[in-house]
Amino acid sequence: MNLSLNFVALKTIVRKEVVRVLRIWVQTIFPPAITMTLYFIIFGNLIGRRIGDMGGYDYMQYIAPGLIMMSVITNSYGNVVSSFFGAKFGRHIEEMLVSPMSNATIILGHVAGGLIRGLLVGALVTVVALAFTRVEVRHPLITLSMVLLSSTVFALAGFINAIFAKKFDDISIIPTFVLTPLTYLGGVFYSISLLPEFWQRLSLANPILYMVNAFRYGVLGTSDISIATAYAIVLLFVVVLFAVSLALLNRGIGIRE
Amino acid sequence: MHALSIRNLRKTYPNGIEALKGIDFDVAPGDFYALLGPNGAGKTTAIGIICSLVNKTIGTVQIFGHDIDTDLAAAKACIGLVPQELNMNLFETVQNIVTNQAGYYGIPRRKALQRAEQYLQELRLWDRRHEPARNLSGGMKRRLMIARALIHEPRLLILDEPTAGVDIEIRRSMWDFLQRINAAGTTIILTTHYLEEAEHLCRHVAIIDKGTIIENARMSTILRKLQREVFVLSLREPLASAPVLPGFEAALRADGELEVAVDADHSLNDMFQALNDRNIAVVSLRNKANRLEELFMRLVEGKSAGQAEAAG
Repeated sequence: MNLSLNFVALKTIVRKEVVRVLRIWVQTIFPPAITMTLYFIIFGNLIGRRIGDMGGYDYMQYIAPGLIMMSVITNSYGNVVSSFFGAKFGRHIEEMLVSPMSNATIILGHVAGGLIRGLLVGALVTVVALAFTRVEVRHPLITLSMVLLSSTVFALAGFINAIFAKKFDDISIIPTFVLTPLTYLGGVFYSISLLPEFWQRLSLANPILYMVNAFRYGVLGTSDISIATAYAIVLLFVVVLFAVSLALLNRGIGIRE
Repeated sequence: MHALSIRNLRKTYPNGIEALKGIDFDVAPGDFYALLGPNGAGKTTAIGIICSLVNKTIGTVQIFGHDIDTDLAAAKACIGLVPQELNMNLFETVQNIVTNQAGYYGIPRRKALQRAEQYLQELRLWDRRHEPARNLSGGMKRRLMIARALIHEPRLLILDEPTAGVDIEIRRSMWDFLQRINAAGTTIILTTHYLEEAEHLCRHVAIIDKGTIIENARMSTILRKLQREVFVLSLREPLASAPVLPGFEAALRADGELEVAVDADHSLNDMFQALNDRNIAVVSLRNKANRLEELFMRLVEGKSAGQAEAAG
């Protein structure tokens, strides 16, 4: 593989993705900030006052890391799925397919785009959170690494969704019927210790639970699950989803006749 | 080494349609090569396979010696593609479309910007470089796709109906541009439905029909196969009926013009002599149909008729 060619190509895709995110910031950056502000006002401030403490923190503090992670996950996923499917739909994916850059570069470029949008939105939501509560990061390395890894997982998942998608409905089905329920049931708003045992065990099958809890551990120092398990699961997802993306692209599934 | 070498290339789509039935052809470096055929003949499928946009069923494709099965990146680096359908992000600016494409080929941004200026100037798009592509006219979008295909300075440029829907003036300027880059050494493969365009530009022609190559020769050789041409003559004085011209078939058209068929055994001088003998003065003359078009129709229709006969 020609490394310098692929490095330039990677930078080009990342630049293109950043230009796209910033060009349509009203759709990509602004709405999540508004949504999360409403979450903080309604769940954190109005309802949260009645709920009291959770995991030893007031409710607003407890949900802040989960809401930040939720916005990172959904925006990383949303960026890649819409950008890559848009390229398929508009046929400008052919610009990349005819070029000599490797398929791994195409994946990495789009994942980096998803990561950048996820982090931009995550930073904005953090600023919003600071207006409502204190956010003191206990373990910066865990916080940063977990947000990067989780963002990567969902950017890759968005990529696979875009590969299989044939129409615009197909890129909203997974976020609506899979991603959103898993996120809401992933411990963003509550500790799973509040659930009956059966539901606690079922919750452990939700990968988002590990991401939210590890991230919350990085910020607050409290978690429902083992941090080592969370890293193992998230790393496994990164490797498996990347391998699946690469295999699909190499075989031309969904992109070549 | 050939610029392009194709052997036994077959493509069967999942719905069972056999788009290519084992085609073979070579394109010499520096050639201007026409790949002609009716709609659905398999031209775009062949181009899609050459450019890695379509998976082949079987066969080999080599671009300047690089096999697409074993040396795909090197093969891709040699090709620039101007596709039949618009395939650009219409919300992206003209300059970004071109420089992004350069980046995909590993050309650093500074150099890409210099080349973008060169090609956008040449294709008269420089003044529109900061505008989104959706603001461009149809002809401008076609020119932008040519600039994009050339930004990495490919050795083989493939143009799939580049002048479809483009007005005469722009088409002529595109012809001049393509002739210039071909003269500078770029091998060009052109598919077009404007056979006048192929005859004007190309030195070699292959005709593909129903997934097989039915003719493949130099343009001059192929045109010599044309045994008969029909000319339309405007006359100084109208005629009441078609004259009898020994050795020629003549017919009077509804608009008063005279059609004369001249076969390969006769010259135009013979025809004018016959007209002079009958005191018929000719004001102007033109071909009834483009020569390549006439041959193309004869080959494609002849093959269909032959197949129908064999089937019957």
